[in-house]
Amino acid sequence: MGKRVAIIGTGQTNHCSSREDVNEMELVYEAASAALKDAEMTIAEIDAVVLANMELFEGRALPDMWCGEGGGAFMKHSFKISTGGTSGTSGAISGYYHAASGLFDRVMVVGFEKHSDGNTSAGMALTDPFWDRHIAAAAIGNFALSVSEYMVDRGVTEEQSAKVAVKARRNACNNPHAHLQMPDLTIKDVLESPMLAYPVHRLEMCPQSDGACAIIFASEEIAKKRCPRPAWVRAAVTRHDHIYLGEVKNRLSTMRSLREAARVAYETVGIKEPLKEFDVAEIYDPLTYAEIAWYEALGFCENGEGAGMIDDGITLMDGELPVNPSGGVISTNPVGASGTIRVAEAALQIHGRGGKRQIPDVNLALATGYGVYCWSDVVILSSRPD
Amino acid sequence: MNPQVAIIGTSQTKFEADKGYEDIPETVFKVVQQAMAEAGIDRDDLDSIVTSSVDLWDGRTASNQMLADVVGSIMKPESRVAGDGLGAAFQGMLAILAGASEITLIVSQCRGSMGAHYEISNWVFDPIYQQPLGLDYLSAGALQANHYMKQFGISQEDCARVVIKNRRDAQNNPYAQVVKETTVEEVMGSPMWAYPIKEMDAAPVSDGACAVVLASRDKAKALSKEPVWILGAGSCLDSHYLGDRNLAGGDALIKASNAAYGMAGISDPLKELDVAEVSSAFSYQELLWTELMGFCDRGEGARILKKGQTSLGGALPVNPSGGMIAGNPVTVAGLTRLVETVSQVRGEAGVRQVRGARTALAHGTTGCCGQGQYVMIVGN
Repeated sequence: MGKRVAIIGTGQTNHCSSREDVNEMELVYEAASAALKDAEMTIAEIDAVVLANMELFEGRALPDMWCGEGGGAFMKHSFKISTGGTSGTSGAISGYYHAASGLFDRVMVVGFEKHSDGNTSAGMALTDPFWDRHIAAAAIGNFALSVSEYMVDRGVTEEQSAKVAVKARRNACNNPHAHLQMPDLTIKDVLESPMLAYPVHRLEMCPQSDGACAIIFASEEIAKKRCPRPAWVRAAVTRHDHIYLGEVKNRLSTMRSLREAARVAYETVGIKEPLKEFDVAEIYDPLTYAEIAWYEALGFCENGEGAGMIDDGITLMDGELPVNPSGGVISTNPVGASGTIRVAEAALQIHGRGGKRQIPDVNLALATGYGVYCWSDVVILSSRPD
Repeated sequence: MNPQVAIIGTSQTKFEADKGYEDIPETVFKVVQQAMAEAGIDRDDLDSIVTSSVDLWDGRTASNQMLADVVGSIMKPESRVAGDGLGAAFQGMLAILAGASEITLIVSQCRGSMGAHYEISNWVFDPIYQQPLGLDYLSAGALQANHYMKQFGISQEDCARVVIKNRRDAQNNPYAQVVKETTVEEVMGSPMWAYPIKEMDAAPVSDGACAVVLASRDKAKALSKEPVWILGAGSCLDSHYLGDRNLAGGDALIKASNAAYGMAGISDPLKELDVAEVSSAFSYQELLWTELMGFCDRGEGARILKKGQTSLGGALPVNPSGGMIAGNPVTVAGLTRLVETVSQVRGEAGVRQVRGARTALAHGTTGCCGQGQYVMIVGN
C-alpha cells in the first residue's frame, strides 16, 4: 500500500496570450518559485521534479532538458509526462506516485506551456495522418462534430452553453492569475462572437495561454509538520479510451473514460452523492459544452440534466457545488499546465488560500483532466488524510 | 529492504534502419504480445501502462495516442514519459511502490528513420543561445569527447576499441542491426563527422521497440518462477547549458548510480555487478560512463577495456549485446538495456550470455551529453 501524501504548496504564473517578458524556462521558474514560497520551502528540500508539457506546441524536443532547471530539477530525479491535455493532471498523479512510493519525500510537479512560442493549431493538427488529420484535425474540428452530436442527443441549447462561458469569465475576475477576465460578459456577447466551426463560437472555446503551475507533494510526516491544512490525496485515477473519432459514438454524452475514472475514484474514497459531498470542483473544461457534459459524466446530475444545472445556478460561486471558481480552462489554458492548475486550485481551496475565489469550508475537492477525448484523470483531495 | 518490484516479462524487436514495412502500432503490438506471453498474463491482468516516446521524433502530437489499442490501455490508466524508456520503467516502478498498480506494462518505441535525427536533436537545445549555434547531439558530443579525451589522455584509437568490442559482440545479438566486425584502422579511416567522432564511432539510427512487464512482489511470486527483481534505481538531471557542466565529468551519472547502488547495497560495482548494459550513442561515452559509474577510476575506462575487463569473459562485461552500436532507436535505448540485463540475469542471453550473471546494471540517458541519467540494478 502506498504512503499517505498531501499537497502542501501551490504556485502559478500570471497567464496571458503571450508572456513576452519571460522565456519558457523563466516561466517554469516563476511557478516553481511561487510554489516554494507558498510551502515555505527552499529548492534544496525538494527530492524530485516532475514536469508536464506538450512539446510539439512549441516545436521543442525534450523541453524538460532546458526548462527543468527553471523548475529546480538540477541534480535531482526528474522526467516529463506528456499525455495531451491531461499532461498536467497525469504529471500531478506521477508526483503523487513519487511521494507515495516512499522513495521521495518532497516532490515538485510543474506543468507549463508557452503557446506563443509555436503554433498550437498546427501542433494539434498533427494527429493520425491517415484519417483524422484530413477531416477534423485539432480541437475545434473535433469539438464541432462532437458538440453537434451532443446537442441533438441531450437537447442542450446555445444559450445554456453561453451561460457556462459567462460563469467562467466572471469567476476568472476573482482569480488574479486568470487569462480571460470578463466581468461584463453577456450571453449575447458569447453568441455573437465569431463562429469557429458550427456550433462552436469563439467565446465558448478555451483560449491558448502562456503559463505554468507548480504543486508540492509531501509525505505524511512532512505534510503535517509543514502545512497547517494539507490537501490529502485520496484518489488519483486515469482512464484511456479509443482515439479515432468514429470509434466511440456520442463521445461527449458517453465520455466513458471520465465516467470510469470517476467511478473508481468515488469508490476509493467512498463517495456516493458527488453533488452533495464535494465542496468544490475544478474540472478541465476545454469548451462550454464539455463542462455541461462533464457534470453528467461526473455524476453531479442524471444524463440530460447537465444544462439544467447551469440554468439553476447550482455550479455558480454561491451554488450547491461551485465548479471552477478559478474560471477554468475556458478562461486560462496553458495546455501542459491546465491540468496542474485544476489540481492546484482544488488544493488551494482546501488550504483556504483562495483569496477572492475561496469557497467557505472546503473539505472535499475534485479535480479532473481531459486529453483529446482519449484520457481522463480524476483526482480527489480532502482536508482529512482518511 | 526486500525488493518490491519485479520484471516478469520482456521483449524487444530486431533493430533495423527502416521498419517501413509495418506501421508503429504493428511493431508495438508484437512486443507487447510477446512480453505479456512471457509473463503469462493477458490484457485483463494489466493494471496500468506506461509508454515512452517523443512527439518530435514521431512527427505527431500526443504520439502515444496511436498506441492505445495495441498496448491494451482502453479503459485502463496510461501515462507517458516523454523521454528515455528507462524513465518509463522508473514511473512504472513508482506506481507499483505507491500501491496504485500491481502489474504495469512498460512500452517504448521510436522510429529514428522517420525524421532527421540530428536536426531534431538540435531542437533539444535552448532556443536562445545554444540552438542557433547549430548544436546537436553530434556536435555537442564532439565537444564532450574532446574535453574528456584531452583531460584524461584518451586517444581516438582507445575509442575505436569500443567500436571493435561492440561490433564483435553485436554478432551474438539476434536483435542487432546489421553491423560488421571491424578494425582500429577501419574505424580510424571512416569519415570524420565532428572531430574526434567519426562515422563508425557513432551509433546507427534505428527503428525498434521494447516492452517490459513489471509486477508487485506478491504478483511476481504468484506469476513467475524466476522473477528478476529491481534491486536499485537512481536518476538525476544535470544542468542544461554545456558551459555550466564539467563535460569531462558528469555529476548526474555519479549521483544516479550512487543512488541505485545505495538501494541495492552495492559498494564495489566492478566486483558486485556481473554485467552492465550502458547507453552510449558514441564510442567515447562507453568509456566515460563506465568511469562515472565507478567501474574504474577516472581516466581508466580505456585501460580496463584494453585489458579486456569489460569484454565478454572479463571482470565486468559492458554491453555484451553490442550496446547502442548494435542499434539505436533513440528513446528506446534505455529500456533495451533493461531487457538485455534481464535476459542476462535469467541466463537466457544465448551466445552473448555472461556466465553466472546474477546482478546487472542497466543505464539510460536522455538529452545531450548525458544531461539526464537513469540507472537500474536488477538481480535474481
